[in-house]
Order: sequence, then structure tokens, then C-alpha cells
Amino acid sequence: MKHLLSTLDLSRADAIRILDIAEEMAAVGTREVKKLPALRGRTVVNLFFEDSTRTRISFEAAAKRLSADVINFSAKGSSVSKGESLKDTAQTLQAIGADAVVIRHGASGAPARLAATDWIDAPVVNAGDGTHEHPTQALLDAFTLRTHWSALHGHTSLGSDLSGMRVAIVGDILHSRVARSNLWLLRTLGAEVTMVAPPTLLPHGSNVWPCTISYDLDATLASGTDAVMMLRVQGERMHDSYFPNTREYSRLWGFDDARLAALDARDTGETIIMHPGPMNRGLEISSAAADSPRSTVLAQVANGVAVRMAVLYLLLSGDQQRPAPSDATRPAGL
Amino acid sequence: MSTNTSYLIRGAKPLGNEASDILVLDGKIAALGADAATHPGAAAATVIEAAGQIALPGLVDLHTHLREPGREDAETVETGTRAAALGGFTAVHAMANSNPVADTAGVVEQVWSLGKRSGWVDVRPVGAVTVGLAGTQMSEIGAMADSRAQVRVFSDDGICVFDPLLMRRALEYVKAFDGVVAQHAQEPRLTEGAQMNEGEVSAVLGLAGWPAVAEESIIARDVLLAEHVGSRLHICHVSTAGSVEIIRWAKSRGVNVTAEVTPHHLLLTDELVKSYDPVYKVNPPLRREADVMALRAGLADGTIDIIGTDHAPHPSEAKECEWAAAAMGMTGLETALSVVQHTMVETGMISWADFARITSTAPAAIGRVADQGRELAMGEPANITLVDAEARWIVDPFAMATKGRNSPFKGLELPGKVTSVFFHGHPTVLGGKLATPRVSGAF
Repeated sequence: MKHLLSTLDLSRADAIRILDIAEEMAAVGTREVKKLPALRGRTVVNLFFEDSTRTRISFEAAAKRLSADVINFSAKGSSVSKGESLKDTAQTLQAIGADAVVIRHGASGAPARLAATDWIDAPVVNAGDGTHEHPTQALLDAFTLRTHWSALHGHTSLGSDLSGMRVAIVGDILHSRVARSNLWLLRTLGAEVTMVAPPTLLPHGSNVWPCTISYDLDATLASGTDAVMMLRVQGERMHDSYFPNTREYSRLWGFDDARLAALDARDTGETIIMHPGPMNRGLEISSAAADSPRSTVLAQVANGVAVRMAVLYLLLSGDQQRPAPSDATRPAGL
Repeated sequence: MSTNTSYLIRGAKPLGNEASDILVLDGKIAALGADAATHPGAAAATVIEAAGQIALPGLVDLHTHLREPGREDAETVETGTRAAALGGFTAVHAMANSNPVADTAGVVEQVWSLGKRSGWVDVRPVGAVTVGLAGTQMSEIGAMADSRAQVRVFSDDGICVFDPLLMRRALEYVKAFDGVVAQHAQEPRLTEGAQMNEGEVSAVLGLAGWPAVAEESIIARDVLLAEHVGSRLHICHVSTAGSVEIIRWAKSRGVNVTAEVTPHHLLLTDELVKSYDPVYKVNPPLRREADVMALRAGLADGTIDIIGTDHAPHPSEAKECEWAAAAMGMTGLETALSVVQHTMVETGMISWADFARITSTAPAAIGRVADQGRELAMGEPANITLVDAEARWIVDPFAMATKGRNSPFKGLELPGKVTSVFFHGHPTVLGGKLATPRVSGAF
């Protein structure tokens, strides 16, 4: 693995390897000294052309816990706003000596461009590109799902996948890089996926995706799911006629109190409620649902750091550096 | 007459038929077959050995972006027409979306005279349908038609003439000048922010879709308008299977509509966009395999009349960026012949005679270019392209005459090499290389 650009081209073995290493990384986060020396002397650049404080600080925390030096490059106030091209920015980072580039960009495919061109040699991690993919979000979601699924079945999570798990992804699929990355990764890991959305917020061409498509959230919940992943919906979408108004959206596709009550009547907490954040409370998710014991919202945030540590570790000190003995995936210093 | 105004082309096969010598004298075809070598003018002629090569009428492009005036960093009339000559063309139509827009007699005469000065091909300016391509007020179509540039093709190419009433009026108005409106069929609301063909690939890539219906709905509207007002309509760069069906239906009703397809839409599909390499970004976008096949079939059965290159050079910085920021367009003049040979002739779908029709005769007729696209017959203007159809070459954008390096065929091996081009009897290309421009009279 030279880059992490998408989950579509991530093999099952690589995905499970990342999740397994992330479990060990997560253990570091519970220590009093939350730091490993693994990437000492390496420089990780967070290249953020789009605002995303949450993702940026998660990557920053991950890099710092591995003792890497972190440079945060945000488009605001940088030369990008003066019209500097992606190429020039990349070449600048190359000259500075970046060992890895974590890129968030509003244009789908921008990380793939960095990886494909000779503008920069460093490994590229896609931290969300346009409406394409957000692979580390999908990995942290898979990590969260695997923890839940293995606990539910009383087996060890290490090395395991999500076979048999039923996951519903609900909301603005059309504009969601999280939905796409999750679909591919969940399928790779053996889960069944149902996409629930108004038809206007499903991409044309998604009819061939390896998932069930539903317009009816209640029917999907009634048929039984092990996890419901609510996606952020931007209220402005109603101005583009994707739906009439936020109230109707909420009634039909929001995880509201009534749906929470219906779920509570059916099981005792086996079905979890996920959200990648930031949430629009009262729009796609009610406060009661977001704060219920089923909610994994904060666990997802914590797992994000562990997963991103695993990714940075693998890209920066994994295959490239060492021949692979049997425990090559084990981080030094653990 | 000096010796260099006569050429004896030996052994070439006109339209792929039996070999026949061709004598070119004072800009015209003076003799063919056995008569050529015995003609009194042949004695002093320069002999061009062309045994086994195909002789075609010089190619005519109805759809070229020469970028001058305004974007001389992308292309100039000089560099664009050099590329055209190397590609086997003897005439190109320069699209109106220059800066300033070619919406007045002054601008079209400027482009026309730059073409004359260059001397590589005939440059026929296209006039804008609306002032500044803004789609609100009709340009001075009459002034452009009556200018020295003798404009007959009017187009807002790059932008659709969307207002149905304005489109109707333009179709009616050009009748006074034997003109044609060449429509860029793109429903603007359905393609806001569009980045690529809308379908299975765009769904995965997360790029905003350009749906086929946005092209087809405008074509359907415009063929009905053309029928209603009895005007000539030309559809630029048809790209979808549905568009082919609508045009086939319109022609069966007797609508006076012609249509063009680009070489790239005959070969490339939206699968290439998976690389996110903006060299594949073009408008209309690359479509599905099924569309490519329908376009080939439509071209073979005459539903689609002509090849138009939509040659659209861009400076490298316009493509060395992320997909969404990149400019749309591909170069095409120097690869058109080879791509059409590869997709249509070598697949057995058309003959070389058909090739001459779709690349020369028909586009010249649509553009009302009287002395181009003629038969290879005695007394006709000597616009002749010789092709070594057996040759194979690897496309190298950096070896091209166009300033644009944005060829989507980069690295591909293609058949067919243009060896010589005679432009009104003057060799602009010899031995596969640029020779000299033709010096003409006052401009």
C-alpha cells in the first residue's frame, strides 16, 4: 500500500490489517503517556483545502501520537487563495520534505491526481475528496462496527470481518463521500448494505451498486438492521429541489424520537446508531437518538484517531521500510 | 509556369480504388490515370511517388477552435492551421468563441485574413449566433455573411442557444444568407456544474453528472423547430445513442438536419475518467461503450453526416490540476484521420469513399465551401490528401504542431499517416512533414 486513496481499491487483507493495527493503536490512547516513537523525525503535512476541523485534528492527534512532526496547511490564508495551483502546492511540500500528505479537497479525485503525478513522491492519504471518498472515515466506522459485532457474538475482533452484519446508510447518498467509502469497505468486509434516501439524493447509476436501495426508512428498520448510519444533510439542499423542506425530510428520513421508540420496542440495544459528524440535531437525527446508549458517535471519533495512526504507520514505516517478517504489522514499540 | 507548380502523383489509389496517376497543374487536377503522365504539363512536374497510398479530397473540419484572437497562449491561427495541414485538412471552420467573440464582421474578417496570411488551409470563420455568446441578442449575422469572410455557419459552440424563441428566430434569419445554425446541444439547467457523463462511472467517482437527456432534449426541440420553420440545422458533436435515434427519426420526417461526431466520441468512453486525468475532460463528455457503438453505427448508415474534430487546445496549466478545475477539451486535428480509420475503416463499417464523404464532401457542403470537398476529377481544385494507410504510429502530443498537448490519444498506436497534402495545388505537407504555406493574393 503506497497511498490510501479509496476503499474501492482496498483489499480485504489490507483492510483487516489496518483494523488490527488500529486496535493496538487504540490501546495506546488509553495509556497515561499516549505516545509512540514510531514516526519520530518524519513529517506529516495536513493539506486541507476545505475546512474540516474534526478530521484535521484527528489526523493531527494520530500523527503526534506516533511522534511525527505535523505541518498544518490550510487553504484559508495560504497561497491557494491567491490562486496557486494544486501542482505548485504539492511541489512546495515536496521541497519542504514532507514524508506523507494528508489531503482534504473539495474536488473529487484531487488526492488521486497527487498520487498519479510526479508533483510529489510522498504517500498520499485521502482525507475526503469532493463527493468521491473518505476512506479513513469508512475505516473508523468499520472499526466501530467490528468492535460491536464481535462483542455481540462473543468472539475476538482481531482478524475478523463483518460477515452477516446488516448496515443501513441513510440520507444524502448523492453528495456523500462517507456513503461511497462505507459501501465499498462494508462489502469487502462481508456486510450487507441498504442505502436509504429520497430518490433525488441517490446518484444516477447507483442502481448497479452492490446494495439494496430503499426509499422507506421505517420498512428498512422494521426488516432488521444491526447498525444505522445517519448522514449529514445540508438544509440548503432544499433550495436545489432535492426535497421540499427540512421538516418533510426529517419526518421521512430522519432518525427521530418515534423511530428510536420503535427500535427500543424491538430490541435491547443490539442495533447501534452511527453518525460521522458533525450532526444536525433535529434534522437527520434527534437529540434523543444522538445521545442514546445506542449512539456510537463519540466512539467513532475516538476510533478515528486509532485508525488514522494505523494508516500513517503503515504508509510511513510499513512495507517500504522493512522486509516483512511474520509480525511485520506489529508497530515497533508496542 | 515554374516547375514547382505542377506535381505528378504516381500510383495513389483515389478513394482506395484502383491506382491512378494524378497530375496537379496550376492549382487544379489536370489529368488522371494514363493521361496524367502523357499530359504536356507532366514533363516539368515534380514526381510524388505514392504507390499504395490512398488519395482523398482534402479534409474539411466544420469544428475547430483556433483560439485567436484572445487565447494565443493556447493556439494561434498559424499553429492551428499547421496542425490542420499535418492532419490532412485543407479547410477548417474556426469556432466563434474567441475573445473578442466572433460576433461582428470585424472579428470574422480578422480571423479570415489571419488564415489567408498563414496559407496552410482555408480558414472559414464561424459567426456567433448571439452577441458575446450570451444567448440574449442576435449577432449581426447579415454583416458577417456579407463580409469578406463569407460566413455561412453560425454557432455559439461551447454554449447552447437555449432560449427556444431566439433559436427559432436564428434558424429563420440565417435562411436569408443560405446559412446554417450549428447547435451545441446542452440543456443548461440539467448540466449545472456537470463534470462527466452521468451514469455508473460518475456515481462511483462522485463527479457531477452530464446526463444524456440534456443533449437529447435540445436536439429533439431543435429538429422540431427546424421542421417548423423549414431551416437548415446542424448538430455539433453528437455524443449519445439517444441523440442518434432522434436525428434518425428527424431525417425520416424530412427535417433538414445534419449532424457531426468527434473522433474521440468514436473511440473513448467514460471509463477513462476513473484516472481523474483531466486530459479526458471534454464537453460533451465521453460516454458509455453503448453510445460509442451507436455513434459508429449512425455514422455508417448516414444518420450522422460528418466528422468534426472539436479540436480544443489548452495550455498545459489548464489540465495540470484537479479534475473540477480543469478546462474541457481535447486536441484532434492531427489524430482525426487515424482515429476514424481505426474505428470506422478498419472495422469494415465504412469504405474510403465513405471516409471522403464524411470528412470532406459533406462538411464542405454544410459549410458552403464551394471549392473544397470536390471529386478527384479533371478540372477540380487540387485539394488532395495522400495517406499511407498501412503505417502505424504512436501518438506523441509533444511532437505535434498544435500548441495544445492535451491529446487523449497520447501513447496509443494508431493506423494511417498523412504523407502529402495539396492545398489548391500547393504542397503544404510532403513526406509527412510540413512543406511551405501557399502564398495567395491580397488579404
